[in-house]
Amino acid sequence: METQKSHLNYIEDTQGRKGIFAWILSTDHKRIGILYLISITTFFLVGGLLGGLMRLELAAPGETVMDAQTYNGLFTVHGIIMIFMVVIPGLGAVFGNFFLPIMIGARDVAFPKLNLFSWYLYMTGALLAVYSQFAGTGAPDTGWTFYAPYSTDSSTNVIPAVFAAFVLGFSSILTGLNFIVTIHRMRAPGMTWFRMPLFPWSLYATAWIQVLATPIVGITLMMIVAERWFQIGFFDPALGGDPILYQHLFWIYSHPAVYIMILPAMGVISEIIPTFVKKAVFGYKAIALSSIAIAGVGYFVWGHHMYTSGMSGTARWFFSFLTFIVAVPSAIKVFNWVSTMYKGSIDVRTPFLYAASFIFLFMIGGLTGLVLGSLASDVHVHDTAFVVAHFHYIIFGGMGFSFFAAIHYWWPKMFGKMYNEFKANVAWLIVFIGFNVLYFPQFIIGIQGMPRRYFDYLPQFHTGHLISSIGAAILLTGIVMMIVNLMKSRKNGNPAGINPWGGVTLEWTVPTPPPVENFDEIPTITEHPYTFD
Amino acid sequence: MEEHRDDIGSRMGMWIFIFTELLLFGGLFLVYAIYRNKYSADFHTAAHELNAFLGALNTVILLVSSATAAMSITAIQKGNKKLALWLVGITIFMAFLFLVNKYFEWGHKIHLGIYPGSELLLKMEQGELLFFGLYYFMTGLHVFHIIVGMIILTVVMVKINSESINSHNFVLLENGALYWHLVDLIWIFLFPLLYLIT
Repeated sequence: METQKSHLNYIEDTQGRKGIFAWILSTDHKRIGILYLISITTFFLVGGLLGGLMRLELAAPGETVMDAQTYNGLFTVHGIIMIFMVVIPGLGAVFGNFFLPIMIGARDVAFPKLNLFSWYLYMTGALLAVYSQFAGTGAPDTGWTFYAPYSTDSSTNVIPAVFAAFVLGFSSILTGLNFIVTIHRMRAPGMTWFRMPLFPWSLYATAWIQVLATPIVGITLMMIVAERWFQIGFFDPALGGDPILYQHLFWIYSHPAVYIMILPAMGVISEIIPTFVKKAVFGYKAIALSSIAIAGVGYFVWGHHMYTSGMSGTARWFFSFLTFIVAVPSAIKVFNWVSTMYKGSIDVRTPFLYAASFIFLFMIGGLTGLVLGSLASDVHVHDTAFVVAHFHYIIFGGMGFSFFAAIHYWWPKMFGKMYNEFKANVAWLIVFIGFNVLYFPQFIIGIQGMPRRYFDYLPQFHTGHLISSIGAAILLTGIVMMIVNLMKSRKNGNPAGINPWGGVTLEWTVPTPPPVENFDEIPTITEHPYTFD
Repeated sequence: MEEHRDDIGSRMGMWIFIFTELLLFGGLFLVYAIYRNKYSADFHTAAHELNAFLGALNTVILLVSSATAAMSITAIQKGNKKLALWLVGITIFMAFLFLVNKYFEWGHKIHLGIYPGSELLLKMEQGELLFFGLYYFMTGLHVFHIIVGMIILTVVMVKINSESINSHNFVLLENGALYWHLVDLIWIFLFPLLYLIT
């Protein structure tokens, strides 16, 4: 297995299919991973562009490049695309599909056809979301949260957007189901639960959230449709319904969804750090089990989105308390990563830079999360730019940077080519600076009272908004540089070899790029996953 | 590539999927519980409108169909293809009977002017309005599951006929029957909640 054999890799071996059909009909988990990589990157750029347009409008007070209704449509569709089509599937669908089977020593996932079907569902949902933006009565303007009763009244394209979220949720459920069965049934001989690498562990915890939480939002969105089509007054007070109930049902899913985004991100970081410090990860079991703890406790904190919506005092302190509890396992991971680096021989390469900045940004995002999780301070900053800054630090600074780390870490294995590391490092610096310039000022103007989702603002917020918009331009430049650099390596890059970083998990033992069957012979596992000689 | 086969894995996948279905309906049961608590008198009045006889008949029909679905597995295990085909066929026929009953039941309500958005309904108390909204939504979603179940069982029948489901490889039939039991089970909860608690 150590030597590169002559057999075809998964890109060359089209299994007798021609052109695009070799991709869209293949049930090979690696090809499906690449399909997701292309679609998710595309939608990320679209969502990013919409975000950029919003920043352009906000660069100066007053109506500059668009009217209020357009702005409402932009932040709604930006949210739907980024949440349901980019960050929720993101790491699991791309790197989970590609590397989960290899990392546990399997030839594919448990249900390869279902896996391909999930991608088709994903694309159906994605096209519905795009359709909702351009067709019919105008882009939905409810925000990605579809709060009732506005979502049952708004004359815009709410129904296609709601269906899009429903179909994307179904795709997410099926991917989760596939991963759970894969991990239970297909680990290589000798790979006990505690010999499994940490990225598969995080995918396992995530998959349970996908399976158990998503149906709730599915049925809730269908209730919105029923209310619009048939006047069944689930959430409309005029018909006896309760709009607060909608918020509860929505967040019962949508808070755990935050962990669907962040857990695989933490898994990626737990893979990258040991590889670049050449040391077994510190507190392996604590990291593995804290994923499960986050998944478990994460179900019971949804009320912290609703402190100001009308809830009993008891319910509020209960949710606040649990929110603080869920911060503990997250902190355990951060301490373990830092301890892993302690006295290691750190090799500062591009994936490591992204991983280290993940820790930095995630800490800012996490600590400001506690400001929002405490009852008194939340009342002050609720629905301000502070919230926007907080969740972008978690979602983009966390999941996004982890995605960038993962793509730089696994790109050589996926495509067999090494990118230009110097350019990649420059792009990282620009992305990192741009990100902080874009989002940090929003904490400050948020505390000063700038509401979120407003297309106009008072003059005193101008400086903050202007700096933030400049940051958006810097960030966009960095991302374009990063993508161009990666794409160029497909043609000009040097061959990457089997193990460019000196990693020890199973994906670094198979040929580069991996053959269709992954392994000539399924390995037998006898050791802990992070055993460095 | 050699065909990967893992019956335990397939069943595990089906059970997890059934879990998600239960949670889907779980959201509705939660909404039902909250509004029943808030408008218990109105729910009481409205439930009298439902025809408990038709509901009970449909319960019996579904219970029998679940039994025939389970028996078909034993039949295929013993290699009796013909009997298995008959039993799955009876299950599908029972499902069809259920739909016919449902058609008459809904048809009667609509004839009386009780349907979502109707003038009569909008004049009723808010709790009654919600009860009938939940009635149509929950039984409607259940009917959708009946139809999906019928499609799955039809595919299963075709596969038994072509002998790709046989006495050595019948996990697809087992999973189809599992799904059918789920559809049955949900009805077992819907029936008392909507028809019997008055």
